Amino acid sequence: MRPDLDIIQNWIAPGSRVLDLGCGDGSLLEFLKTNKGVSETGLEINEANIAACLAKGVNVIEQDMNKSLQNFKDKSFDTVLLTQTLQAVSYPDVIIDEMLRIGKNCIVTFPNFGNWRSRLYLFTKGRMPVSNFMPYEWYNTPNIHFCTVRDFDVLCKEKNIKVITRTVVDHLHQGSWTIKAWPNFLGETAIYHISR
Amino acid sequence: MPKTIPENSVGIVTPQCLHFDEPLLLRSGKTINSYDLMIETYGTLNEAKSNAVLICHALSGDHHAAGFHSEDESKPGWWDNCIGPGKPIDTNKFFVVCLNNLGGCAGSTGPTSINPETGTYYGPDFPVVTVRDWVNSQVRLMDRLGIPQWAAVIGGSLGGMQVMRWSISYPERLRNAIMIAVAPKLSAQNIAFNEVARQSITADPFFHNGRYLEHGTYPKKGVMLARMVGHITYLSDSAMRDKFGKASEAIANEPIAGNFGRDLRTGKLSFGLNVDFQVESYLHYQGERFSEHFDANTYLLMTKALDYFDPTVDYEGNLSAAFAKSSCRFLLMSFSSDWRFPPERSREIVDALLEAGKQVSYLEIEADQGHDAFLLPVPRYLEAFGTYLNRVSDEVNA
Repeated sequence: MRPDLDIIQNWIAPGSRVLDLGCGDGSLLEFLKTNKGVSETGLEINEANIAACLAKGVNVIEQDMNKSLQNFKDKSFDTVLLTQTLQAVSYPDVIIDEMLRIGKNCIVTFPNFGNWRSRLYLFTKGRMPVSNFMPYEWYNTPNIHFCTVRDFDVLCKEKNIKVITRTVVDHLHQGSWTIKAWPNFLGETAIYHISR
Repeated sequence: MPKTIPENSVGIVTPQCLHFDEPLLLRSGKTINSYDLMIETYGTLNEAKSNAVLICHALSGDHHAAGFHSEDESKPGWWDNCIGPGKPIDTNKFFVVCLNNLGGCAGSTGPTSINPETGTYYGPDFPVVTVRDWVNSQVRLMDRLGIPQWAAVIGGSLGGMQVMRWSISYPERLRNAIMIAVAPKLSAQNIAFNEVARQSITADPFFHNGRYLEHGTYPKKGVMLARMVGHITYLSDSAMRDKFGKASEAIANEPIAGNFGRDLRTGKLSFGLNVDFQVESYLHYQGERFSEHFDANTYLLMTKALDYFDPTVDYEGNLSAAFAKSSCRFLLMSFSSDWRFPPERSREIVDALLEAGKQVSYLEIEADQGHDAFLLPVPRYLEAFGTYLNRVSDEVNA
């Protein structure tokens, strides 16, 4: 269980309906189903991940969220999740709008590109940052829309999105007072709980 | 020619005929007073009677879904790719029940049976049966076998429609509904193809208004044509190219550039009305073989059951409302090259289930074989099918 997922589960109401966009192997949904009694649906396009969901007994729909989410009705889910996937979608702003349409509230997590390590890497090497956390080269990365904590704050403001809670954590997924003071500099993973 | 039976086959199987005396009121308002259902079962029912699965057959299927009736049978049952020890519907884990539906021609009461009221063949007098009628008869079969709840009801195509009806009409009697290559109802194009098939049968001079058995004839040409047109809709363009477009040397002596999936039969064009291309002789062969064992009146009934299927009829056309009471989990799988019931049709069902707040999983399998893919060993399909049912088995055999 990724520690950021541990933070997320506190924001999920027991027994609620949860949609996870890009649900991976279904670990998070399985956890929420077992511990929170949620009624779960995952969206996924990777065949191995879909098989893993079926093996876990997690409901999974083979659908590409980049094409459309129009088949989901307004407010048909309590919570819509997008964990560590925002940076890999074609139109992040469209996905966020769709999430807020489908869900009563939404949780978005993403790697903070404004983190000091990224800044230092780019500053000293003059090259796109590559790390354990973001192990791809610029030309083969699935992460095509990196953003920083500040970028996301601006997007929320522009779109009149209500930020219910914002938590920013480091690679140990701990949120110390220093990270709270300088989230965009020290934070590695941003976790937003948002609604309209 | 005796042959060895593969290890992952259910082996030699023997059908059983069950008789039912309680009258069955049909959707049309007519009644069948008594009837036989031909069934086959594979595997063993566990003590809790919780591991039974029902297989619903499609248009031309029957109760013989897996294994062999004898060592001389050349081909196994129609879904042998999916049913057997270690196969997706694993007979080591499940008790598998398959039946020939009412109106069929493989032993269950149908047009070729004797109508006790007239003492002669039912023929065209056999009442039109619908998917709902079949499911009602399957409930009686289930009760007869002492099965309180199916671990899963499974079917492809028209079989999937029966699964859908189960989930709507008898929600508490199944844990899982597995529908493969299905549609919520037929499109106008689907019905159009069915009507061509029916017309080719009824226009055959040997049809005699459906009383061919009394005339000692059979509308063979009509059934062949019906099957030929049906068969085209089961395959995809690329599947046909693959089947009939490989041997480019076959036309080396002909002044045609490339064969594009149109292998010649003899290596030469006839410049007449003979069968020139492989695909033609293939269709003739398929039609011919089919007409040898399938009853014309049954074909008419089955296509009507398809045309009439509409699960929303009691719910003002609202599919998600139809599923309101369903309590099972759903798995749907579609195939990319299926143009008879394309993936969009499955997604209509998935969306309705999501809207109704139901537990549903959906896979869109990349496959070239068209609608027929559901019968074939498509690796990802078999794997996902098995993975899902493994989970079901863990739950019901626990």
